Order: sequence, then structure tokens, then C-alpha cells
Amino acid sequence: MAQLIKIKVTVNDTVYEREVEPRLLLSDFIRHELGLFGTHVGCEHGMCGACTILFDGEPVRSCLIFAVQANGHEIKTVESLGTPEHLHPLQEAFNEKHGLQCGFCTPGILMTVVPFLEENPHPSEDEIREAIDGNICRCTGYEKIIESVQAASEKMSSGK
Amino acid sequence: MTGKYFGQPVLRLEDKHLLTGRAKFCDDIVIPGMLHAAFLRSDYAHAIIKNIDVTEARKHPGVVAVYTAEDMGDYWKLGPLQVPPPFAIKGAQFNARTLPPIAKGKVRFSGEPIAVVIAESRYIAEDACEDIIFDAEPLPAVIDLEKAWEDTSVLVHDDLPSNMAALVKQESGDYEAAKKQADVVVSHRYVADHVAGAAMENRGFVVNWDERTQEMTVWAGTQAPLPLRSAIAGRMGLVENQVRVITPYIGGGFGPKVMTSQADDVLLPWISMKLNRPIKWIEDRRENFLATTSERDQVHHCEMALKNDGTILGFKDIFYHNTGAYDPYGMTVPLNTQTHTVSNYRVPNFYTEIRMVFTNEMVVTPVRGAGRSEGVFVMERMMDLAARELKMDPVEIRLKNLLKKEEFPLNTGVIGQDFVVGVLDSGDYKNNLEKCIQMIDYEKFRNEIQPKARKEGKHLGIGVVTFTEGTAVGPYEGARVTVGNNGKVSVATGYSTQGQGHFTVFAQIVAEQLNVKVEDVRVITGDTGHFHWGAGTFASRGATIAGSAINSAAVLVREKIFATAAKLLDVPEDQVELCEGSVCVKGHPEKSVSLGDLAGKANPMRGAVEADVKPGLEATAYYAPPHGATGSGACAMIVDVDPETCKVNIERFVLVHDCGTVINPLLLEGQIQGGVSMGIGNAFYEKMVYDENGQLMTASFMDYLMPQATDMPKRMEIGHNVHPSPLNTLGLKGVGEAGALPPPPAFCQAVEDALYEYDLDLTESNLNPSLLYKFKNEATKR
Repeated sequence: MAQLIKIKVTVNDTVYEREVEPRLLLSDFIRHELGLFGTHVGCEHGMCGACTILFDGEPVRSCLIFAVQANGHEIKTVESLGTPEHLHPLQEAFNEKHGLQCGFCTPGILMTVVPFLEENPHPSEDEIREAIDGNICRCTGYEKIIESVQAASEKMSSGK
Repeated sequence: MTGKYFGQPVLRLEDKHLLTGRAKFCDDIVIPGMLHAAFLRSDYAHAIIKNIDVTEARKHPGVVAVYTAEDMGDYWKLGPLQVPPPFAIKGAQFNARTLPPIAKGKVRFSGEPIAVVIAESRYIAEDACEDIIFDAEPLPAVIDLEKAWEDTSVLVHDDLPSNMAALVKQESGDYEAAKKQADVVVSHRYVADHVAGAAMENRGFVVNWDERTQEMTVWAGTQAPLPLRSAIAGRMGLVENQVRVITPYIGGGFGPKVMTSQADDVLLPWISMKLNRPIKWIEDRRENFLATTSERDQVHHCEMALKNDGTILGFKDIFYHNTGAYDPYGMTVPLNTQTHTVSNYRVPNFYTEIRMVFTNEMVVTPVRGAGRSEGVFVMERMMDLAARELKMDPVEIRLKNLLKKEEFPLNTGVIGQDFVVGVLDSGDYKNNLEKCIQMIDYEKFRNEIQPKARKEGKHLGIGVVTFTEGTAVGPYEGARVTVGNNGKVSVATGYSTQGQGHFTVFAQIVAEQLNVKVEDVRVITGDTGHFHWGAGTFASRGATIAGSAINSAAVLVREKIFATAAKLLDVPEDQVELCEGSVCVKGHPEKSVSLGDLAGKANPMRGAVEADVKPGLEATAYYAPPHGATGSGACAMIVDVDPETCKVNIERFVLVHDCGTVINPLLLEGQIQGGVSMGIGNAFYEKMVYDENGQLMTASFMDYLMPQATDMPKRMEIGHNVHPSPLNTLGLKGVGEAGALPPPPAFCQAVEDALYEYDLDLTESNLNPSLLYKFKNEATKR
């Protein structure tokens, strides 16, 4: 076994100090070391987008990064949004517009859309389509995901 | 039929846990002491195994055990036939060659497992796979379907005289006689390309043998928990109640997850028992592409005889179907193809022949569409060919031949995947098409939009096709509905769910019958500890088959509620009614009892209970259809093609659909839209490509192109027709696969129409810009 490396990572505002193998993927670290199972792994080669998390506020694919690279950085996962009792407006919109079916790709899509809506609170349909183009969904055909994001942008800008 | 909940766009109950990352999927299962499995898979498609040296792998720190076929002794057996052979069809020939759990003697496809490593972590298990020395003598690979059928081909299974897996002929009337009467006969060869199911969650399997309780618990992302439970129990020499299979949340199914008796579910229970440790295996994407099942891949030789006015006299289709290296799932796929060529038009005489062949490719089992896609593709292409020959409009020739609603129920004369003769139960196929062309403004497009576009140098084309979707086949499903002491209702069914929304639609059915809030109905799917009868999730049968069973159980519970409440409230049964969450006396709302209290009364802890009274407000029911219910529809699309780059944009997309009674219109749209995206993927993006050595060239999402958001039409315009099925009380038909069926032929027709300067003849279900460019260059310029 390779030498373990000490890392300190802030995930959803909690600081975690762990010793990890240098080859441990950030996705595996989040899921299996921290037990945050909302981040899903769909392809392990950066194509599907299911494992998207926020890395210092930017959406990145956690299967393409090693945990050691997250040392000293701030991570947000889907667990940082709402809870089943108090959904985030984006999550509410996905429920209302039927923006998910199996729900496996959904956390990655949410974490892609969160910074997108921060940067562009009133996106056009084409801009939304472009924004989620790197996230593969096998179930929905994307139309209702786009409607969900539109509805979320309205909700969030009206402060509801 | 709509009610307070039934027929309403009820928001999904399962969403909150999925949206917040709280839903538990297979890889989220953690058991103390759990080990991890990794499979070493063959790089060769066809080879004789000389030696598998696992010495170094066994020494690898953190490795607990390594097994090959040699280590399995008597436990190594060929797997079962998960679907029986089609001997209901006269003269059917079928050679069963089922899956070995792990290769022994020979490997027959690239990706076939040859060893399994069990280690303290998945990382270590994969490291140790690299320490295994696999020595094999490669053989030529059998890849081309038509060549594989020939006597001179290399054999996939040496003990068979040829690569014939099956030969099935079905006919009605007399095609050859009809051909003699015909004014025109058209014939052609078509290819239905190979595609993947590609659910976003790969397969997964977690097993825990508890030596002290002598019970085995399995968590698996399976579409068939009960067949899996029975298979594991049978192999392990356990009685069924010692094995509990639980399906956690599953990230999409789309067909391939219906397969059981693969390396994971055969080997890992045995190893878990041997080591007395829980084991987890999570498939990676490359394994999913290489070694989970996939579908399509047929070559058709079709012929159609017609009168000059476009009336079909007969149809002949001899087609090669690739079953891959083994055929454990019987003939479901090609039988569906056979069924769906002759199920929407009036074809008085036909002859169809399935030539199912073994190849050195992964096993073929259903993928959303499941043979229907291929049937719809070739029949619609033949209609286009005939229309072109007869200089008819593609819509006109279809309207002329579509079955009329007065003809239903209509016996098709073809035995389908459920081994009964198909009966088209209901619908209005012509109206589907009429509505579809109205929605897309067909006349306006032909007379105004297209001529104007052509003048401007643009290449706009339209494609219009029709389809049927055979759904909701038997054998049966069942469910148990129980009112709890808190007044909430639980539903348990053996049916398993992969994102379709069953937690919501099943709850809607029950809430309607028992007049409780829909969120007060908790549905458990696919847990054999809760309900232990059922066949599985396939053939768009959940809402219809499991839904009908659930409805029947709810009706029985309702009757029991009335009987128990009437006794308690001391009034005749016809004097009580369901108020929300309670039972009250008609006209006296103050005289009532809550459902929770009533459930308690129905389960007395002391005193004499009448002999024929079963405890609780509970009932179990089953539903078994005599044959499947058939959905139908029509689809049109307008494309804009760039003749230089052969890039195609779908400008408009319309689909009219009839799945009988609608339980939830919001979820119905979702089902159709998802199917359409797969259909569009199949038409222009997705293709599994094997090279001549049997190497899969598309084993990642870099090479296997999934449709993305920007590939989809801006809007999927969906129209509905509702012709309830007479087969079940609720009037339901399935819908899960409908959207996936019509896009490829509609796409071909539209592209041919767009590139009007060329005499284009598109014969493949999957195009891409390069292939379209090739077709264009081979075509004559008009």
C-alpha cells in the first residue's frame, strides 16, 4: 500500500481531516470515507456528470480528481442543499416539473445548475440546455429538466 | 376515468429523497466486515483457455481469496434458461446454450469473466486482477450475423453443428400465392443496429450470509428480484425463505437488469457463504458496456406484395437476430420483432422467419423497445419503399393499410414473447395518424413551408410513421394492501422499480379506492421479504399488471373496511362510506371510526374470532392477463439537414400515443419523453461497434454517444388518444417503451425527404453524419 497522505478538506461546511492513499478518487472519498452517498458515480471517466460537486464554488467531476487534490479546498455536495422536509427551491422545482425519474443523475445536475443560476439568474431555454449538456440523463429526455431549471430561476429570483 | 387521485398529475412521492441525496442505492449499502469483489475479464472474444495463474494475486496484501472455474468444483454449472424456449410455436427449433457463471475451457466474448478477486477494498481487488496471468489461444471471432449462419463459419459452440441458436417460422394466409396476385413487389435488406441499455447506474450486488440465522440477504439493482431469489436459493440448496432479495433505489433499468445468473449473482453468494463475510460488487461502466447485456442487431431481408392502389397483399421477412455468445433469455427479443412487423397494418398474408445466431459478442437480451423497435423500423421502411415505388404519399399509403378500430379485438395469428397468440385489443390507429399529421401541419409543410425552404436552399424534410407497442404481458403480478394502526396504508408488490414512478402511481390507485391521502400510502417494491410472488419488470407491464393486482387488493380491503365498520357502528353495510381517513355513517358524519382504529379492531388480541375472518384490514390479490394489451401511436418529425456536413437538426417532433386509461398524465409524459430520447439516440448517436476480432470499440461514453440535452428537439409535442383496454378493470395499457420505437424510421424518412436532390436509400436504423455522408455519396443525384 502506498504511503498515506494527510488531508484537510471542508465538505458542506464541516472540516474533515483524514489520511488517504494518493490514488483515492475524490468521489470515493466523499462517498465511502465521509459517507455522503448523494454524490453518484455513473461512469468513472468524466463523461456522465453524475458525480458533479462544487470545488471552491466551481462544478467539477469528482471522479476525475484525487482526494489529495482537495486538500485545503472547499467542497459542496448535494447534501448541502435542502432536506426532504425543507427542499431547496431548485429541488422543489424538480419535484413540481417532474425533472427526475430514476434520480441517479439528479444530484450531479443540481450541483451543475446551482452555480449556473447564481451566475445567470434569468437564463434562456437555450442557455439552460447548454448548461446541462455535460450531464447525461437516460430517463427524462431533458425537457422536464429544462422546465425545472426555468421554474427554479423564477422561484429563486422572486425569493419564494 | 379520473378521480380525486387517479388520473391526476400527482407529484412524485419518491422525489424528496432522491433530490436530497438521501435515497439508498446499491453502492450505498455498507455492512461491517464487508469485502469487495472485482472480476478479471477476457480481452479475447474467442479463445481456448490454456492456463489461469492466480498465484501472485492470492499473495497480494489485502486479498482474501481468488477463484476461477477450477476452484468451484461441483458448484460450477451452466446457468438456467431464464425464459423458456418458444415451443408453443409449431416447428420451433431452439438450441439452449446458457451462461457459464465464469469461463471454463473457452471464452466466447470479450468481457467474459475468467476470475474473481475478493479483497479488503475494491482498489486492492482491481490491483490483484492485474497479477493474474491469463494464457489463452485465440480463435477467429464470429461477428457477421449472415456469415455466422453459414455452414462454413467458425463455431461459437463446438458441440453444435452450426451457429444456429434458433429457427422459428410463423405465417398466416399464403404469402407466395398473394405475391402472384400482386401488381408490385418490393424487397430490401435492412439493418437494425446494436445499442446499449446504458442506465446511469451500473449493476450492483451486495450479499450477506448470516451463519447464525442461516439467512442470506442480497441487495441488487435487479429488474427481477423474485427470479433472482429463486435462482440463488436453488443453487445454494436453501429454501426460499432463507434468501431475501431487496432492490434498493435503482438508477434506471431499461432491460439489461432483468438478467440473472450472471457471474456476480452466481459466484458471490457462494463465496459469501464460504468466507462467512458480506461482499459487495459494483459494476463499472466499462464492464457494463462489455459484459452486461445489450440489444438490437438484426439483419432483415424483407419483401412486400401490393396492389397498385397501395393495398398490402402480403409481407415476407427473413431475419438474422444476434443472440450473442449465449441465449439464456430465450427468444423474447426476436419474437417481439416478429410480432411488431405485422401488428398495425392489415397484412392478410405473411411469412416471417427468425434465424437466431450465436456470435462472439455479449449476450443479447431486451433493451427498452426490446425487438419492437426493429419490427417497427423494418415495416415502416418497407412502407416507405412501397410508397416510393407506387409514387404515393407516405401518409396516404399508411392510412390505406392501417387496421380500423372496428376490427378490434383482432387475432394477429402470431405467437408473441408471452407464448400466446397476439390479440390487438383496442385503439384507433388511423386517428392516431390523423391527429399526428394535424399537429405537425403536414399539408402546410408540404405545400408551403417545404417548397419555400427549398427555394431558399434549405433542406427540410418530414417523416411520418406509425407503431404499436405490445405491452403488459403475463404471466402475473401480485400485491398486498394493508391498513396500519396509524391509518396509513402499506402496499407491497414483488414488482421492482427503476425510476418509473411506481411509488406514486401505485399509491394513487390505492388512495382512490380507500379515500386516503396519496402521501399516506407507502409502497414497497421488489423486496422478497415483503412480497414473494412475481415475475419482474419488463414489457411495459408495471402499471397494468402490478397496478391491476394492487387495485384488486385495494377493492378487497375496501370491502373489508365496510364490513368491519358496519358491524362496529351497528348499521347495514350500504349505510357506511369512506370519508378521508375514516369510515362514517351516511348522513351522520359524527358517527365514524378512523381507519387506524378500525385496523386495530380488525386484529383483536383476545376473544373469539369468527372462523372465516382473516385478521387485519388486509388483502392480497393477483392479476394475470389472457394476453398483452397493445398501445399504439404515430410519430412525425421535421428535420433540417446540412448536405455538406450531414448534420441533422430535429426542428419539430410530434408523437401521438394511446395507452388506454391514464393514471398520471405528468408521469406519462415523462415516460414518453424518456423513450423518445432513447429513440433519437438510437437513430443518430448510439451504436455498439464490434470490430472483426470481436473487440468492442465503443466501451465508454467517449465512444458510445448518449443523446445530450442539445441533441434533443426543442419541444416534444405529445398528443393523447385514450381507448381503454377491455382486458383489465382500469383500462390500462403499458407505455414504457412507446417513445423509443418510432424515431429511427421517422428520422430516416425525414432525412431522405430533406435531401431531395438525391435518390437516398437509408437502410440502417442508426445513422451518424459520416454514415449519412456515405449513403449520400452512393446515391444517384436526381
